[in-house]
Amino acid sequence: MLDIIDLHASVDGNQILHGINLSVHPGEVHAIMGPNGSGKSTLAKVLAGREGYIVSCGTVTYAGDDLLTMLPEDRARKGIFLGFQYPVEIPGVSNMYFLKTALNSIRKYNGLEEMDAMDFLVYAKEKMKLVEMDESLMNRAVNEGFSGGEKKRNEVFQMAVLEPKLAILDETDSGLDIDALQVVAKGVNALRRFDRAMILVTHYQRLLNYVVPDYVHVLVNGRIVKSGGKDLALELEKKGYTGIEDDLTRQQAVNS
Amino acid sequence: MSELLQEKNAYSAAFAQFERRLNGKKNVWLHEIRKAAFQRFDELGFPTMRDEDWRFTDVAPIVKIPFQPAISVPGLLTISDISRFTVCEARCTQMVFLNGTYSESLSTVKYLPKGVQIISFAAALDKSRDLVEPLITGSISYRENVFTALNTAFMADGAFVYIPSGTVLKEPVHLLFLSTSQPEPAISVPRTLIVVEDNSQVSIVESYAGLHKGLYFSNSVTEIHAGANSLVDHYKLQRESEEAFHVATTRVSQGRDSTYTSHSLSLGGSLVRSNINVLLDGAGAACELNGLYVAKGRQHVDNHTAIDHAKPNCSSRELYKGILDDASSAVFNGRIVVRRDAQKTNARQTNKNLLLSKNASINTTPQLEILADDVKCTHGATIGQLNEEELFYLRSRGIENNAAKTLLTYAFASELLAAVKIKPIQCQIDLVLLNRLSRTL
Repeated sequence: MLDIIDLHASVDGNQILHGINLSVHPGEVHAIMGPNGSGKSTLAKVLAGREGYIVSCGTVTYAGDDLLTMLPEDRARKGIFLGFQYPVEIPGVSNMYFLKTALNSIRKYNGLEEMDAMDFLVYAKEKMKLVEMDESLMNRAVNEGFSGGEKKRNEVFQMAVLEPKLAILDETDSGLDIDALQVVAKGVNALRRFDRAMILVTHYQRLLNYVVPDYVHVLVNGRIVKSGGKDLALELEKKGYTGIEDDLTRQQAVNS
Repeated sequence: MSELLQEKNAYSAAFAQFERRLNGKKNVWLHEIRKAAFQRFDELGFPTMRDEDWRFTDVAPIVKIPFQPAISVPGLLTISDISRFTVCEARCTQMVFLNGTYSESLSTVKYLPKGVQIISFAAALDKSRDLVEPLITGSISYRENVFTALNTAFMADGAFVYIPSGTVLKEPVHLLFLSTSQPEPAISVPRTLIVVEDNSQVSIVESYAGLHKGLYFSNSVTEIHAGANSLVDHYKLQRESEEAFHVATTRVSQGRDSTYTSHSLSLGGSLVRSNINVLLDGAGAACELNGLYVAKGRQHVDNHTAIDHAKPNCSSRELYKGILDDASSAVFNGRIVVRRDAQKTNARQTNKNLLLSKNASINTTPQLEILADDVKCTHGATIGQLNEEELFYLRSRGIENNAAKTLLTYAFASELLAAVKIKPIQCQIDLVLLNRLSRTL
């Protein structure tokens, strides 16, 4: 469903991604791990269509279409969801109104009937239980005054409401205490489906104790240097990113 | 200069004609004031951008056109013609004015509590002369403001609202000033006098709108006298036609412990100047001025507010927000005077502006004159654009770019909507605003 081939991207004139290759199929959960500055968040933002990220080379195909030429809203309408590392506060816009507008925009685009306020409320309440989110947060402005944990729960809640085909969660686990992390993980697990793919971008192995990925990729300096199964995350935990890099250097030396 | 003269001559001719038409109905005391006002108008002349008070607003477009006094067109319109400007449907008292003249057939003045008067200004000149005369005679603001002088010279009709002491009017009073198309560019000069006696409460909505497209000039004056411990909620909805000129002056005088709240929403007009002058003339009085101006195209909106803290322990809160698109421009000038005796004054002024286009502009000026030494006064102004991060967040959830911009722009205005306490009015303003914003973007 998602094919990234030789993706190069830069931001503010700095080349961040140096040729990413990745294929994701429906039902798969991929973890992308890497140290700070490795390009994890850049990759997530390029996929979601954030302005200011320049793709100089490579292609991204999503469900048969060229993803890179699509507007951010059209990507969302076609089923892509980005969970933000730093969810944005939007004073003056209620969470409820925002999400209803988003859902109906997606539904309309896909030829479905729009949901009225009452139906949406019932639907949203059901989804709120997934992330144990307090109902009062629905009537507050989007993320305004939310704690770090509440913001991340709100991201998973939005994912639950919008039911994407491909969810990219950008460091949804960062900065969470163990309780919040478990709640977020529970939500993510509940949303795993045979026809939904997920990309978990994370700095820490911790999340992967609760959400078990099918594939783990190690991103260093804008390249995927190693891919493997869930055990790779444990290896990473033991050796650290430098350990993996050292292994690779040694291997390269042997090969040459 | 020759244009200026020509224009003043046009008003001189119009004033002579106006005097002739008053024949028989000439009220001596009133006419003396009109004559004095016209003389003052003649002396002052129209301002230029060299005048401190008009530094950023050029009234040349108004001066260039020889406006004729508007003629009312009774009987030609029905309630359904004006329904889109109705604010609170059947529930409130609604007085409708066509080109400044009261239209009884279009108005609904329901049963009112004992002693309350909601009548036309023209009717009040006869029926309630004892109340009106001293207030009109005592009002000397025409001496300093040329547009008030012009209004006073030609004043004939408008609204008179009188709430006797100890009376609470629960339903809002809607004063709807409509301009219709006229054979020649016309000026209307509605005059409104609102008297709220001690311990009373009222909500007044003033709406100004153009029924038809076209050029006209609405030059209104509203005077509000708020007695001790009274509560006055005042809404002004300006929805003039796109080509119209709108100059409005509101003067408020507050007694001890009174509370005056103003909500000014400015959407229409090509050249708009709105003055609000509040005199806090009794200890413990409080005023709150909320304003929202939305402009596009080449609209120019000028808001001048002046709050005079004349007595101790008074407070004023002011929040004005502007949304400017295309090549529109706006002015905010917030003057706060704290007189020597006005100790323990608490004043706060905020002006925030959202520029949606590179060609839009705003001139914002706070003017604080503080003569007392034990006071708390703050002011602040901001000018900014839509936040890119917020916009991307909304778009990443499937909300189309334009819809996302509308939503964020609306959100910018939302705290002013939240300040509107009367639900049906809040809903109406909400609707009008949403409609306007979705067309802007």
